[in-house]
Amino acid sequence: MLNSFWNWFVIIITVGSILACWWLLHWTKGVSDRSPDDDGSTGHIWDEDIRELNTPLPRWWLHLFNITIVFALVYLVIFPGLGNFAGISGWSQIGQYDAEVARATEAQESVFGRFREMDPDALMADSEAMEIGGRLFGNNCAMCHGSDGRGAKSFPNLTDGNWLWGGSYDQVLTSITKGRIGAMPPMGAALGEDGTREVVAYVQQLSGQKADPDMAAAGQARFQTVCMACHGMDGTGNQALGAPNLTDDIWLYGGSPADIEATINNGRNGNMPAHENLLHEDRLRLLAAYVMGLSES
Amino acid sequence: MTYNDKVVRQFVVMTVIWGIVGMLVGVIIAAQLWLPVLNFDIPWLTYGRLRPLHTNAVIFAFGGSALIGTSFYVVQRTCHVRLYAGGLASFVFWGWQLVILAAAISLPMGWTQGKEYAELEWPIDILITAVWVAYAVVFFGTVIKRRVSHIYVANWFYAAFIITIALLHIVNNLALPVTATKSYEVYTGAVDAMVQWWYGHNAVGFFLTAGFLAMMYYFVPKQAEGPVYSYRLSIVHFWALIAIYMWAGPHHLHYTALPDWVQSLGMVFSLILLAPSWGGMINGVMTLSGHWHKLRTDPVLKFMIVALSFYGMSTFEGPMMSIKTVNALSHYTDWTIGHVHSGALGWVAMMTIGSLYSLTPRLMGKKVMYSVKAVDTHFWIATIGIVLYIASRWIAGVMQGLMWRAFNDDGTLTYTFIETIAATKPYYIIRLLGGTLFLAGMFIMAWNTFKTLGQAKAPEFKAAEPADWGEHA
Repeated sequence: MLNSFWNWFVIIITVGSILACWWLLHWTKGVSDRSPDDDGSTGHIWDEDIRELNTPLPRWWLHLFNITIVFALVYLVIFPGLGNFAGISGWSQIGQYDAEVARATEAQESVFGRFREMDPDALMADSEAMEIGGRLFGNNCAMCHGSDGRGAKSFPNLTDGNWLWGGSYDQVLTSITKGRIGAMPPMGAALGEDGTREVVAYVQQLSGQKADPDMAAAGQARFQTVCMACHGMDGTGNQALGAPNLTDDIWLYGGSPADIEATINNGRNGNMPAHENLLHEDRLRLLAAYVMGLSES
Repeated sequence: MTYNDKVVRQFVVMTVIWGIVGMLVGVIIAAQLWLPVLNFDIPWLTYGRLRPLHTNAVIFAFGGSALIGTSFYVVQRTCHVRLYAGGLASFVFWGWQLVILAAAISLPMGWTQGKEYAELEWPIDILITAVWVAYAVVFFGTVIKRRVSHIYVANWFYAAFIITIALLHIVNNLALPVTATKSYEVYTGAVDAMVQWWYGHNAVGFFLTAGFLAMMYYFVPKQAEGPVYSYRLSIVHFWALIAIYMWAGPHHLHYTALPDWVQSLGMVFSLILLAPSWGGMINGVMTLSGHWHKLRTDPVLKFMIVALSFYGMSTFEGPMMSIKTVNALSHYTDWTIGHVHSGALGWVAMMTIGSLYSLTPRLMGKKVMYSVKAVDTHFWIATIGIVLYIASRWIAGVMQGLMWRAFNDDGTLTYTFIETIAATKPYYIIRLLGGTLFLAGMFIMAWNTFKTLGQAKAPEFKAAEPADWGEHA
């Protein structure tokens, strides 16, 4: 809200400017009555041949100008514009927004009501639920996980049935709702340069890649003191911590020796953002069911 | 007494060169929108850094050189005196080139204030201020020394442009420097946004409209060899234009944190602006009226009539886009880019090219360019380029607006963002083609300009004696 000085300042300068336009048009109509030269020019000559006629203002143009002036005054009576005066229509952009949201919420109620009583299996079998889930996925998840859910380096593939944080409906729903933070701490300093390379060899061997057996054996000893707390004695990982299984050939951050070495040296931080404040529970349930369906298809 | 045309020739040559540079960068970023890999993963070549380089180069380097150069020519001819303070005029030329050079280095480096069309950091802003004050001294000094009593209408528009740009530049760039390449503006929040778009829209109004109307008011009657249509209309539309443009900025901030009442004022004044804008178009087109037969033989006039047509069209489109409900669809889409380019290519560039084709031979004491046929070829290539550019932006823009706002009953968007980009891709390619054609025309112009200026040593021209105005003096 403007204080009363600025309120009147705005009103007076606005109305004054609009009326000044009207006055300008009116005043120059008077000028047009003054007789121009016989040839219709002002008699001024510049740069040897530049002259000016004194043609009266085109009628249609004058009307156009006047129409916009009238429109402006009418608009400022109906809509906010003149300082604190809200306009007789009571329109505001926040009011328009609230009305649109209310209409959309009503429409959504009729769509989602039916799904509330359905269990995950029923949702997955319902074609309309899966269609909505797909659209939610496209709008909210595809930018990281890809429009087909196959992910990319650093972003998990959701279609391979391999889960970092668990693949049950409840676990997937929790991942989406609360988000997940997967932290692999940097181990380079603890392992030293040689130690890191030995562990790389062992991790390669675990996943079925070729590796120097001596290096791998040395690496195994180190693995079982430094890495096993999260990845487990046998390297199969721990879904409670989001620690990946290292014995398959699925790599979130790449499976080349250089990638593995970078992961061990510098650590990794994966961040799946929480969606509970972005999407309503109605949508989260359909989304979880859709993601479940991705890995089963 | 002779005219000082050296500085005019310098600006003419640099206008053509900066036109090529600015439009080339535009073509590169248009290509990047189609094939993002064309930034080659080199930071200096990424879209975010080249885009401000493109806008600064075409507006301030190409447009600015054209405006300052033609104003120095026009103010001497219509005041019948030599340019005031020749040394200062040289400083304006070299200082302005230095500003452009600094922009061409600092923007790819990523040094930016982050304010559209005011990206340059504070040391460059100070240099701009110094150059601009010198420019004002030269221009107004010449006007004061004039040997005719009435100031010609072109000079009113140049004067409004010079004074207002000084005001806009200083107010919008008030900032606290932290290092040589970093500063923080003094405004915050919605006030900052409002100051920025007060600046942004008036840069359009006074740099790209008033300045080029000045050019139009001299070169159209000169080239058509006929009188200006209506002195009275020029008075009305001049005062209405400069008074009303000041209010239009808030239409860039519809449906934002800007208070409702400010948005409404921006909209209604943008609508009132329609008639004053068209006043300039009418005066230009009606000045050409009666000389239509010359269009068959003089391609320079073709540039001018097309420029005036695009001016009329984009000053109709602008007020329509400022209406809240239209803006809700058009804002943030490529429609805006189309609107800007119908002004920038259709009006600003076509008027500049037409005026330079009129001016350049006169600097050599000739009537026409080295090759009139090349001027005609340039005209057709440029016009086809603009049409492709703008039509593709309209289609893409309306399509994007409709796709972005479409949503389903379940509250999801009907189209994901990547789908809207995929749908836009063919139009990006058409735009690239249009831009490339326009750029190609500039190369023809460069060849023709160097041929025209390089034929002989430029003569000196004696200042024309003022004509006897009789009782009107």
